[in-house]
Amino acid sequence: MAIIETKKLTYTYPGAMKPSIRDVSVKIEKGEFTLITGPSGCGKTTLCRCFNGLIPHFYQGEIKGEITVAGFKVAEHATSELAKYVGLVFQNPENQLFALSVEKDVAFGLENLGVPREKMRERVDWALKLAGMYDLRERPPHELSGGQQQRVAIASVLAMQPEVIVLDEPTSFLDPLTAKNIFEVIYELNKKLGITVALVEHRLDLTAKYADHIIIMEEGKAVLDGEPHEILASEEARLIGVGVPKATQLYHMLKKDGVNLSNMIPLSSDEIATVLRKVLGAND
Amino acid sequence: MIEIKNVFFTYPSGVEALNDVSLVVPDGDFIAIMGQNGAGKTTLVKHFNGLLKPTAGKVFVDGTETTKVSVATIARNVGFVFQNPDHQLFSETVEEEIAFALRNFGFKESVIKKRVTWALNLLGLTQYRKTSPFMLSGGERKRVALASVLAWNPKILILDEPTIGQDYQQKEKLRQFILQMKTQRKTVIIVTHDVEFVAECNPRVLLMREGKIIANGEAKAILTNLEILTEAFIVPPQISQIFMKLTDLGFSKDIIDIYEAHKILSDFWEKEKL
Repeated sequence: MAIIETKKLTYTYPGAMKPSIRDVSVKIEKGEFTLITGPSGCGKTTLCRCFNGLIPHFYQGEIKGEITVAGFKVAEHATSELAKYVGLVFQNPENQLFALSVEKDVAFGLENLGVPREKMRERVDWALKLAGMYDLRERPPHELSGGQQQRVAIASVLAMQPEVIVLDEPTSFLDPLTAKNIFEVIYELNKKLGITVALVEHRLDLTAKYADHIIIMEEGKAVLDGEPHEILASEEARLIGVGVPKATQLYHMLKKDGVNLSNMIPLSSDEIATVLRKVLGAND
Repeated sequence: MIEIKNVFFTYPSGVEALNDVSLVVPDGDFIAIMGQNGAGKTTLVKHFNGLLKPTAGKVFVDGTETTKVSVATIARNVGFVFQNPDHQLFSETVEEEIAFALRNFGFKESVIKKRVTWALNLLGLTQYRKTSPFMLSGGERKRVALASVLAWNPKILILDEPTIGQDYQQKEKLRQFILQMKTQRKTVIIVTHDVEFVAECNPRVLLMREGKIIANGEAKAILTNLEILTEAFIVPPQISQIFMKLTDLGFSKDIIDIYEAHKILSDFWEKEKL
C-alpha cells in the first residue's frame, strides 16, 4: 500500500515565474527506503515540503494535482495534524531548531502530540542517544556546530517515531563517519520498526546501498523512478548528471572492456568487491 | 603565502579549538582540510583572513601579521565562502549580491558588470540574475555565495564545505575551476567532508583532530590509510574501499582514482589473457 502518493502534482511558489515541481506522479510504499536525487534546483526540497503539508499550508502559492499521505489528503489537513504521521528533517537545521536546550527541542514535537511525561522522557533520551547528542542535551542548539545541529534536528524527528521520515540532505554538515552512523541508524529504523524513509541526497556513493526505491528528478519532473540497481545503471541517469556511485561506474568501465562480470550491478564497494573476487578467483 | 606559527585558540565559552597548530601554505597550493565535527577546521581557516585572531601564536598572510591589519584589508586578497550560505547572503537580487563586494573594493561599474556576468555564467546562475537569493534552492544559494567571492578574483580562496547541495555536474565545474586557479598560482583551501570530491581533486590533505593537525600529505597517501582516517572520523573513498578488500589478491590498496583503478584492473586481465 502506498503511504505517499502524488498525482500530477504541480506547485508554484508565490512570486515565482514557473512551477518548481511539475506533474509529479510518484508512489512511495509503506516500509520502503526511497532515495530522491537529481541536479541542484530540480525540486527535491519542494517535493519534501509537500509530503508534510508545509506546501500548501505554510508556503501558499499555487498547487495543482493531488497528494495523499498516510491516507490523508494533504490539502485538507493541517501540517500539525500530519505531523503525527510524517516527520521532516530540514536541509538547514537552523530553520528547524528554536528551543533553549537540545533536550527541549527534541521534546517539543512530543509535547504537541500530548505524549505522557514518562514516555516523553524515554523517547527523548532514546532519540538523543541514537543521534549521538545525549551528552550535549543541556546545551543551547544555536551554540552548536552545524553538524551537531543537524543531529539535533534528526533526533527531534526520530523522537516522534512517525510512520514516515522525510530527510532533506540531513548529513551535509557531518563528518563522513558520523554521517555513515546516522544513515545506519535510519536504515535500522526502516528495517526494524518498518518506518518509511524518504531521503534526499546527492552523495549516492554513501546512500545508494540502503535504498530499495529511487526517484530521480530533473527540472521539476520525476523523470526516473524504480529499483536503484536498474535506474543507476541506466544511460539516462548518467546523462542527467546524477552522481552514480564509483563502484557502479567502475563496473561499467570493465564490462565495456569485455570483462566477464556477473550481471548483478554493484552500488557499493562491498558489492563490487564480491563481483570482482568472483572473476579474479576464477582466474587463480 | 600563509604562515601559522604555534597557534592556540580558545573561544570565550572556554572551548579550546586550536592547540599548537603550525602550518605553511605556499602560493599555488591546493589543500583540503578534513576531520571530525568540532576538530577545529573552520576555526583554523577563520584565522587565514583574520576573522579570528589567535589566543597565542602568530598568523601571517603574505608576510603581514593578521593582528596588525583589518579584516577588510585582508579580504581583498583572501576570499572566504562560509559553510552556510544563509550567513552570507542579504541582497535583493543575485546580481546585487555578487556586485556588492566589487563595489566595496572600488571597481569601476564597467568592470563590475563584466565580473558579475562572468561569475553568474561560471556557476550556472545566469537565469537567476534578477531573482532574490532567498527564492533559490539550498544548492543554488551556496553557488551564489561562491559567485560573490570568486567575482573579485582573490589571490587566496577559502571555501568552507563548497560541495554541499551540489550535484555531480556542479562539483565537476568547481573542480575544473579550482585546477584553473592552481595553474594561475592561486591558493585554494577547502574545508570538506566530501571524500569523493577530494579523491577526484587530488589536493594536499590535512587531517585535524581535537584542535591539532594529525596528518599532512598527498591525498593518495592519506585517503588510503584506514587507521589515520578512522582517527579523523573519515570513511575512505569508494575506490579505496574496493582495493582495501582486494589486497589479498596482490593488488595495492593505495588507489583513490577511478581511472587508475580501471587501468590496473584491465592491465591485470590483459596479462591473464596472454
